[in-house]
Amino acid sequence: MLTLGRACLILALAIAPFGIGASLYGVRARRPDWIAAGRRSVYAIFAVTSVAFAVLETAFLRSDFSFSVVASHSSTTTPLFYRATAMWSSQEGSLLLWVWLLSGWSSLILALTRRRLRAVAPYATAVLLGVGGFFLGLSVFMANPFKLLDPKPVEGVGLEPLLRHTSMMIHPPMLYSGYTLSIVPLAFAIGALWTRRLDADWLRAMRRFVGLAWLFLGFGILLGAHWSWTELGWGGYWAWDPVENAALMPWLTSTALLHSMMLQERRGMLKVWNVSLAIGTGILAILGTFLVRSGILQSIHAFGASTLGRPFLVFIAVLLIGSAALVITRLDGLRSEASLDSLLSREAVFLLNNLVLVGMCFVIFWGTFFPLISEAAGGQKLAVGPPWFDRYTVPLAIVLVLLSGIGPVIAWRRATLANARRNLLAPLLVAVAAAAVLAVVPGVATRPKALALFAAGAFVFAAVGQELWRGVRARRAMTGASAPAALVALFGRNRHRYGGYLVHAGIAVLLVGVAASSAFQHLHDVRLAPGGSARIGGYDVRYVGATSNLTSERLALGTILDVRKNGRHVATLRPTRDYYPTPGSGSGGAISRYFDGETESQIGLRSGAGHDLWIAVQPDVGSMQPMVAAIDKRFPHPGPREEALLLAAVAARYEIKPPPAAFRMIVAPLVTWIWFGGLIVVGGAAIALWPSPEQARRRVAALYAGRLGRELRGAQA
Amino acid sequence: MIAPLAVMAVLLAAVAIIAPPGLPWRARRRAADALDDGDLPALEAEKEAKYREIRDAELDFRTGKLSREDHHALDRALRAEAIELLQRLDAARERETA
Repeated sequence: MLTLGRACLILALAIAPFGIGASLYGVRARRPDWIAAGRRSVYAIFAVTSVAFAVLETAFLRSDFSFSVVASHSSTTTPLFYRATAMWSSQEGSLLLWVWLLSGWSSLILALTRRRLRAVAPYATAVLLGVGGFFLGLSVFMANPFKLLDPKPVEGVGLEPLLRHTSMMIHPPMLYSGYTLSIVPLAFAIGALWTRRLDADWLRAMRRFVGLAWLFLGFGILLGAHWSWTELGWGGYWAWDPVENAALMPWLTSTALLHSMMLQERRGMLKVWNVSLAIGTGILAILGTFLVRSGILQSIHAFGASTLGRPFLVFIAVLLIGSAALVITRLDGLRSEASLDSLLSREAVFLLNNLVLVGMCFVIFWGTFFPLISEAAGGQKLAVGPPWFDRYTVPLAIVLVLLSGIGPVIAWRRATLANARRNLLAPLLVAVAAAAVLAVVPGVATRPKALALFAAGAFVFAAVGQELWRGVRARRAMTGASAPAALVALFGRNRHRYGGYLVHAGIAVLLVGVAASSAFQHLHDVRLAPGGSARIGGYDVRYVGATSNLTSERLALGTILDVRKNGRHVATLRPTRDYYPTPGSGSGGAISRYFDGETESQIGLRSGAGHDLWIAVQPDVGSMQPMVAAIDKRFPHPGPREEALLLAAVAARYEIKPPPAAFRMIVAPLVTWIWFGGLIVVGGAAIALWPSPEQARRRVAALYAGRLGRELRGAQA
Repeated sequence: MIAPLAVMAVLLAAVAIIAPPGLPWRARRRAADALDDGDLPALEAEKEAKYREIRDAELDFRTGKLSREDHHALDRALRAEAIELLQRLDAARERETA
C-alpha cells in the first residue's frame, strides 16, 4: 500500500507540469483538444490523490504502523473517529489534504465553468496546476506521508491530546477548503490579466466561489474558536495567535472582495482593487498554510514545525512578484469605467468598508509578522500581544459594524440627505437608546469601546429589521400576500440582498458577544481543597469531591463542583484533567509516565443565553508523587493487566483522598451569542450563495445562440 | 504483486481521464466557440446585471431609500444604459450570424 500511495503522489506530480504545458500549448496553438487535456489533468490529479488519500486513511483506520506518519500520529487505543481524522494532525497528511481539496475544488469549478471564460480558463488551469504541483512537490520530496517505518512498531504514539475534540477535527478540512477555494479566484484573476479580459465576466463567474471560500474560512475560524473555548484550558476563544490570524486575514480580504466586486459588476469600477484583492486573498491563503506548517512563528496551533519555510517563501515571492508585474503591465485595461456619483451612496459605503477591512488585515499582518520584522530590523525577536491587536482592531471593528448597518439602508448610486436622514433616523435612535440603557448598567460606562460596539450592534439590528419590515410592506402592497408569505417571497426574489443582510445581523450578534465576553469577564484563579468554595460572578462554587476515569489510553482525574446562586443549586460541574502517558516505559516508571506526558482539559461548562460559567481544573498530582514513585519502585515492569490494576489503585486513592486542586473559573457574558451569530452568518451566506437556475439557463442560452450563429456562418462560408 | 498492478491501474485510469478515447485528439482546429466565448455571454451577463440594477432601484424606491424624483432620474439613466446594452447585444448577434 505504501508503494501505491507513493506512486500516486509521484504520478500526480508528473501530471501537473503536463497539464500546465497542455493548457498553455492548447491556447497558443488554438488546439481545444490540448486545452481539454489540461483541464482533465486537474481531474486526473484529483482522482490520483483521492487514491493516495484513501490509502493513507485506510492505514490510519487499520493502525498500520509500517506507515511512519500513522505510527507518530495514531495508536490502537485512539478512538475510531479520531483515527479517521488523525491524518491532518500530521504535517504530511495535512499537505495531502490540502492538495486533495485543491484538486477537488478546482475540478468542480473548472467543470462548472467549462462552457464559459474559455479564453481565461486555460491560464487559470495552468496556475491551479502550478499551485497543486508545488504542494505535490512538498509532499513527494519534503513531507512524504508514505514513508516506511522498519521495523514496524507494535504501538503508535497516539494523537496529540489537544486535538481530540470534535470541532477541531472538522476545523482543518473547513479551513483548508476555504484556503484552497481562495486559490481559484487568484488563478482566474491571473488568467484574466494575462489575456487582458478585464471586464467583470471573470469576476461574475467567481462570485459564488469567493463566497464559498469566505463561508468555509469563516466556519473554520468559528470552529477553531469553539475548540479553544471548550478544550484549551486557558479560558478564551481568540488569542491573536499567528495561526488564528493567518485564517482571519484572507477572510477579511475576501469579505472586502465580496463587496467591491459588486461595484465592478454594476459600474465597471475598482478593477485594479478587485483583481488585487483576488490575488491577495489567494496569496494570504498560501501564507496561512505556510504559517501553520513552517513553525516560523510561535503558535499553540503550529503542530508542524518543519523545514518547509524556505520553499514556501520562494513560492509566495514568485506569486507576489509575478502577479504584481501582471497588474502593473495591465493598468491601461484596468481603468474604472465610472466614478462615484455621490459620497452618499452604497458604493461609497462599500469603498469605506473595503478600506476598513484591508486596514484591519494590514494591522493583523503587521502584528503577526512583527517578531520577524523586529528581528530583521534590530536583530531581536519581539512579539506583540492581544492588547496591541485590540488597540487597533476594536475601533476598526466598531466602524465596520456601523458601516454594515449603513450599507443596507442607503441607496445605490445616490441618496439625498433627506432620504439618508429618514432611513438612518430609526436605527440611530435605537442605537442611542441602547447606549443610554446600557450605560446605566453598572460597569458598562467604564468600558467605552464595548459600549460603542453594543450601540453599533443595536444600530445594525434596527437597520436590518427596518429593511425587512419595509421590504415585506412593499411586497404586500404589490401582491397582497400575508406577511410571512411576503417575507419568504422577499428572500426568494432577492436572495443575494437579504441573505447578505442576515450575514450583517449575524456578524453584529457575534461581535456583541465578543465585546461583552471580553470586556465584562470575571476570571478567578483559585486553589481549593475538598470542601472549600469560591465565589465568582454571583456563583458559589464548592469542591465537593473527586472523580476518576481510566481508559486504555489515558487517566482522567476530575472534580465534582456544586454550583449555587443565591443559595439555590443551579448546576453540578465536573471539570477534568486527562493524563496521557509518555510513549514507551519512560524513565520514571510505568505509572509516573502518565504524569510526565501530555495533558488535556475537559472543561466544566454551563452555557446560557446570558453568560457562560467556565471552569478548568488542575489537580495537585504532586502530592500523589510519593505513592506513584513507591508503586513504580515495587513494580518496575508491570504487564498491561498489572498496569491497569495499578492505575486503578492510583485513581481510587485520588477519589478517596482527593488532593487540593487549582481551578480557573470564568464567568463570561454572551459567549453563546458568538456561536449563535456564527450560525446566523452561515445561514445568511447559504441563502445569498444559493444559485439561481434562471440566470444559469440564460447564460447557457446565450452561449448556444452565439455558437449557432458561428456555425451557421461556417456553413454559409 | 498487487502493488505494481494497482499502480498500473491508477496510471491507466489517469491516462484515460486526461485523454479519453472519445476525445477527437487529432482535430487541429475546432469551432472557434471552443476557444472563446465571443461577446454574447459577457453582454448577456451585463444585461442581467443592468436589469438587476433596475430592479434594485425599484426596491430601493419602494423601501424608502430613494425619493420619487431620484428614482425617476436613476431609473431613466439605467434604462438608457440597458437599451444601449440591448443594442450592443443585437449588434453582437448580427455579427455572429453574418
